[in-house]
Amino acid sequence: MDNREALLGKTPEELRQVVEELDLPGFTASQISNWLYQKKVAGIEEMTNLSKKARAMLQDKYVVGRTTPSRVQTSVDGTKKYLFPAHRNLFIESAYIPEENRKTLCVSSQVGCKMGCLFCMTGKQGFQAQLSAGEIINQVLSIEESDQLSNLVYMGMGEPMDNLDQVLKSLQILTSEWGMGWSPRRINVSTIGVIPAMRRFIEESEAHLAISLHSPFDEERRRLMPIQQVYSIENVVETLMEYNFGRQRRISFEYIMFDGLNDTPNHVKGITKLLNGLRCRINLIKFHSIPDSPLKGTPPERMQWFADQLNKKGITTTVRRSRGEDIYAACGLLSTKTLVKKEDNKDF
Amino acid sequence: MSGTGRRRIELRPAAVISNTEIVHGVYVMEIEKHSDFVPGQLIAAARHPDDEPRLYSIACGKDHPTLRILYDVKPDGVLTPAMAVMKSGDVLYISSPFGRFTRTPENSWWIATGTGIAPFVSMTESGESANRTLLHGARYRDNFFFQDLFIERMEGRYLRFCTGEQGPGLIEGRITSYLKESNDIRPEIKYYLCGSADMVVEVRDILLQRGVPFDNIIAEIYF
Repeated sequence: MDNREALLGKTPEELRQVVEELDLPGFTASQISNWLYQKKVAGIEEMTNLSKKARAMLQDKYVVGRTTPSRVQTSVDGTKKYLFPAHRNLFIESAYIPEENRKTLCVSSQVGCKMGCLFCMTGKQGFQAQLSAGEIINQVLSIEESDQLSNLVYMGMGEPMDNLDQVLKSLQILTSEWGMGWSPRRINVSTIGVIPAMRRFIEESEAHLAISLHSPFDEERRRLMPIQQVYSIENVVETLMEYNFGRQRRISFEYIMFDGLNDTPNHVKGITKLLNGLRCRINLIKFHSIPDSPLKGTPPERMQWFADQLNKKGITTTVRRSRGEDIYAACGLLSTKTLVKKEDNKDF
Repeated sequence: MSGTGRRRIELRPAAVISNTEIVHGVYVMEIEKHSDFVPGQLIAAARHPDDEPRLYSIACGKDHPTLRILYDVKPDGVLTPAMAVMKSGDVLYISSPFGRFTRTPENSWWIATGTGIAPFVSMTESGESANRTLLHGARYRDNFFFQDLFIERMEGRYLRFCTGEQGPGLIEGRITSYLKESNDIRPEIKYYLCGSADMVVEVRDILLQRGVPFDNIIAEIYF
């Protein structure tokens, strides 16, 4: 087993510590950063402006940390689902979603998830591990379409606000001039509304924020999303109201539509009341059925009706095109099938 | 970010009264109580007022003179390793109690593992265990935290499922196996689940398969 540490995911400060520890010249840190994030090399041997000795010393203790996908599924519509090996025989998923005017990658921030939402396949894994900033960046760098990407969404496996240090670090690498030079306006990070971490994200990042709404009503949302017991959607919205997001930064609400459950006229009223005064938009999402779920997706014509009603109320609402249905691009299915839980460790 | 928002969860200093390791790596901490709470609620806690707080269910009755929390030490955690070495007179910063994992009047089953037992300790010490059945899962006898309380107050309605050893009063096996096979599952009652995400999602799936509508399953997750 290779125990060498990964360079990918390290900031310039951390790379300076690496070169100091190896007694290499200080400028080597920015050379390594350049190779990692701008020239996007996969191996230390490719860092050809480092001396042979420096490369050998680095290779003794470090690797770049790039991991190629172990499996790829391709949809008839061009959507691809990548399965990446993470640590300890675990797997994460990323989804590449090509559209006419944008190429989006949906990345994971955790292996599994602790949040236990009723409709989520990833949640069925329970929580397995946190991803490092390097493992998040690797998803962006190691897919075949890496150079074509225009947008990133942190909407894959895991709750980004439950791994915020690494998520913020990955955003720093993605958006810094010394890093990958992405505009934060092309990055959208989702949360179910973990308020303290969401505050920190709003204050320390410039990326867009997407909130998982799914119901405007307390009791109903509690059944769908246990987080509502602790951080209610009302408090999430109150918190968002405290900030001035400016014209460029976008707040959106994700709303998965469940047939007969959250797609009624009463829900239109509830959402309108909840979001009154907040500049935001809503994305309606088709529910992809998951095994053992009591929930069913709302039919497309009903989704459009729901969108029309919200638009009439002045809330910009779109129905998100469903992509990759034939490969089930919603996250969690592939990796959950791959995961073998250790029964011996369970206390239930 | 041109932020105007700075109103965070308000944390106030509270003196630690005692901090006892009840089994290896699991502690009961008694803290100065600032305000009343509803059994089942939790507090946010941090070592310093500007730290990002962590959440802990209150594990004592509403009339208990102090606040009691039950926690296990996460070796790579931010707060619990520091909490584990705190002693009487040290200060922890805590929020007012909040959260809505609280009792409703219907007949219910409570299902808990690990430190997820805490809200049910609070409800039971507050006299809210009538018409309740508690299914408690653990690997070893010592990990049924507060079992004496439940044995005394709930008697035959307290079921201990032990996966790692056998012994008097223990049911050998998993809660999940019991739920899959039991003839006592009633769709019309409420099921309160508290524990790890793994436990919550697995138990919830079994209850759904057994015909319990998801409206009757209320879960609190630990994160």
